[in-house]
Amino acid sequence: MTMLVGNIPPFKTVPAVGIETVGMTMRFGAFTALDNVSIKVPAGTFHALLGENGAGKSTLVKCIMGFYHQTAGQLQVDDREVAVASPRDAAALGLGMVYQHFTLVPSLTGAENLVINRTDVPAVINWAKERQALAAFMETMPFTIPLDRPVSELAAGEKQKLEIVKQLYLGRRFLVLDEPTSVLTPAEADEMLGLVRGMTERGELTVLMISHKFHEVTKFADAVSVLRRGKLTGTGLVSDLSTADMAAMMIGDVKLAELDTRLPVSDGARAVLSVSKVRAPDRTGLKMIDIENLVVRSGEIVGIAGISGNGQKELAEVLAGQRAAETGEVTVKGRAYGATRPETRANNVRFIPEEPLANACAPRMTVTENLAFRTFDVAKGGKEAIWLDGRGMKKRASSLIDDFKVKTASPASPIAALSGGNVQRAVLARELTGDVDLLIVSNPCFGLDFSAVAEIRARIMKARNAGAAVLLMSEDLDELMEMSDRIMVMSEGKLVYETPAREADISVIGAHMAGHH
Amino acid sequence: MTIEANVPITPLSEQAGQIRPLLEWLARRAEPLAIALFAILVGLALFSLFIAVLGKSPVQLFQLMYAGGFGSWFSVQNSLSRAAPLLLTALCVALPARLGLVVIGAEGAVVLGGVAGAAIALPMIGTAPPFVVWVAMGLAGMAVGAAWIGLSGFLRHYRGVNETIASLLLAYIAIALMNHLIEGVLRDPASLNKPSTTPLPAEYMLGNIPGMDVHWGLVIGVVACIVSYILIEATSFGFAARIAGGNVRAAQIQGLPVRRLIVGFTAIAGSFAGLAGMIEVTAVQGSANASLAAGYGYTGILVAFLARHNPLAIIPVAILLGGIDASGGLIQRRMGLPDATVLVLQGTLFVVILFCETLYGRFRLFNPDLWKRSA
Repeated sequence: MTMLVGNIPPFKTVPAVGIETVGMTMRFGAFTALDNVSIKVPAGTFHALLGENGAGKSTLVKCIMGFYHQTAGQLQVDDREVAVASPRDAAALGLGMVYQHFTLVPSLTGAENLVINRTDVPAVINWAKERQALAAFMETMPFTIPLDRPVSELAAGEKQKLEIVKQLYLGRRFLVLDEPTSVLTPAEADEMLGLVRGMTERGELTVLMISHKFHEVTKFADAVSVLRRGKLTGTGLVSDLSTADMAAMMIGDVKLAELDTRLPVSDGARAVLSVSKVRAPDRTGLKMIDIENLVVRSGEIVGIAGISGNGQKELAEVLAGQRAAETGEVTVKGRAYGATRPETRANNVRFIPEEPLANACAPRMTVTENLAFRTFDVAKGGKEAIWLDGRGMKKRASSLIDDFKVKTASPASPIAALSGGNVQRAVLARELTGDVDLLIVSNPCFGLDFSAVAEIRARIMKARNAGAAVLLMSEDLDELMEMSDRIMVMSEGKLVYETPAREADISVIGAHMAGHH
Repeated sequence: MTIEANVPITPLSEQAGQIRPLLEWLARRAEPLAIALFAILVGLALFSLFIAVLGKSPVQLFQLMYAGGFGSWFSVQNSLSRAAPLLLTALCVALPARLGLVVIGAEGAVVLGGVAGAAIALPMIGTAPPFVVWVAMGLAGMAVGAAWIGLSGFLRHYRGVNETIASLLLAYIAIALMNHLIEGVLRDPASLNKPSTTPLPAEYMLGNIPGMDVHWGLVIGVVACIVSYILIEATSFGFAARIAGGNVRAAQIQGLPVRRLIVGFTAIAGSFAGLAGMIEVTAVQGSANASLAAGYGYTGILVAFLARHNPLAIIPVAILLGGIDASGGLIQRRMGLPDATVLVLQGTLFVVILFCETLYGRFRLFNPDLWKRSA
């Protein structure tokens, strides 16, 4: 019993779908996540949705997609009021979403991924017919993707295109793109968004893109809406707004921390961290990371650029003693370094891993206890302490909380109860107090709001100016360009390119990130 | 580099003098107590339903339970005697649990600790004074228990073997090993129907606490709970273990010796269970025999979870469970229910307790993070 394949409508016959939210409001208990938001996205337009973390962007799209049921307000699709009770209803109306992270099955081919996602997959699939139909469908697409290779072999840009193609194949003509370029190189991002833009211009598709990146918004979007703390703070044509206008709508009148002036790196600065010929297996166990030579000197920030998954995480784990290297040597101040507690303490090495709640804190322990992780076993004279000093821990915690402006209901709250920015502030408070000679940082600002980002970058710059050697691994090129003295690019487990940050050319860096070297 | 705070908050130093910190402290302490009591009440309610379905009176059952467990000085002493080994086996579950490990094989350490104690006592009887023999038995039992449960920790950390499965399977091996030894080389030829080691003479038996019909094992268990509490809450070793239990990646990034902590804590835990087995031999059985595998190791899991792995809370919980256990005989005689009925109650309680773990942090009353900010 095979069904006919012909029930996928030929792509071009279905026009783009426009939507409008009218007074959309969503409350969770006493908290209003979305307050009377009205946005119109006419068919065939490319609309950007800007806002900081927690501004309500994802709440809004979840209401549109039927994951949430709004407290008040309504959704109109093609000027008709509709009730979207579930994601299934949204799909039936032609509304689709592409998530920040991939939702494809890595071991299946592109074609298999497309077909199994249909709601009407027959029990026995006639692959010959399906392939024919798919080929015809792909004719109408501006994207070229190899559909007969397993998804795991595709580049990130190809996967993201396949995600979009999947939505179109399933008949969706209004797409929410949730930070679609966060895992792409600048060149891949430009190509992908350019093609999507072309489809909206031809009236084949409507796009609502959630983004943090102003340059993407100004380059590709027709119109933009900005949310702040659940309220719509501005909307308009991109051509009428400057980047500064949009930033002002996003963050309001918060004063941002300013970076210290960058002190010059002296030529005689001593090497603090040196990694040579280190090889270690990556998380899959199939590939190796291979660091030939990496030196970070006192008073400089070395930035490591790279697309996520190219070995940065493994490098950080080797340095933190979480992953054993097979060969090679890590030295700190000229001595072999194995990341044990005594070595870390003697050399003033500090780690600020990405996602601090998951990697640097014990979520259910209190803020006070989490702030004591580095010092609980040191007695007054610097000797090993056997007994905990509860009173000392409390005193130290409340002074750190005041110094770093950690917002917490109480020092006895579990640290998991804090917001992301405040968890990161607490970790910085713990790690950046006292003398720091080597600081190893991964994606310190991922998912944080503007004011927290500015403050955290200022703290890292301050540590650098005080003489710390800083190794900064980041997926955010803008951050690396702003913070680093030197930038190195990591691709497929190797450091493939190095440039002083001042002379760095973002397109050359991007090419190396993509593996063209 | 200043940031204008969006919400004005009172600096913590100014809050210190107010009553709020005290209320917060109370709320955080009251939460586990309230949830545990709630869990017990729900468990008892479900169990009543079960009894009612069997056509018996739940009211009579609870009356008998109270009478059998705590209704008279005799029954209290009976309950305390049964609580003694539970204190130690519960520690064997609770200590690794603070490190994030679920070890359920205390039974294995109990039986081997008992056998080791009995074996080492044999050549010393008649030549060494009782106190020396007890110390030697205790050390032997603890060493074997530590090795047995420590092995689960070792396998977990060096070979990635799931410690829950490993400890359970090791318990079966331990019971088989005990049978092999007491029916073989260690068998007292005089023990005909029930293979046992040679019984300890009366003067080598660990006696009762003066004025009570409860053996010294209860005191040892209570002391072990207090020592464990101090170890976890007041020493840097215990704090390091709590960090590793809270998030092993955070512990690694702080350079903490996670491997040593895991092996060390499982070994300490096993030594307590081994000690429980040795006490069973020297205070109750008089010899090592199949009665050592009486399920104390498994009931200890229930005690530890009900006490939320807090060694001090283990003391009252073990006594409560000891009481339930003690009332089994009375229920059997008076109500004609099988003695497995108390096992149904224990199982019901366990399921409800696991379910109630999800309630933590949900109640505004107990969660100061949901309270309004004081202006």
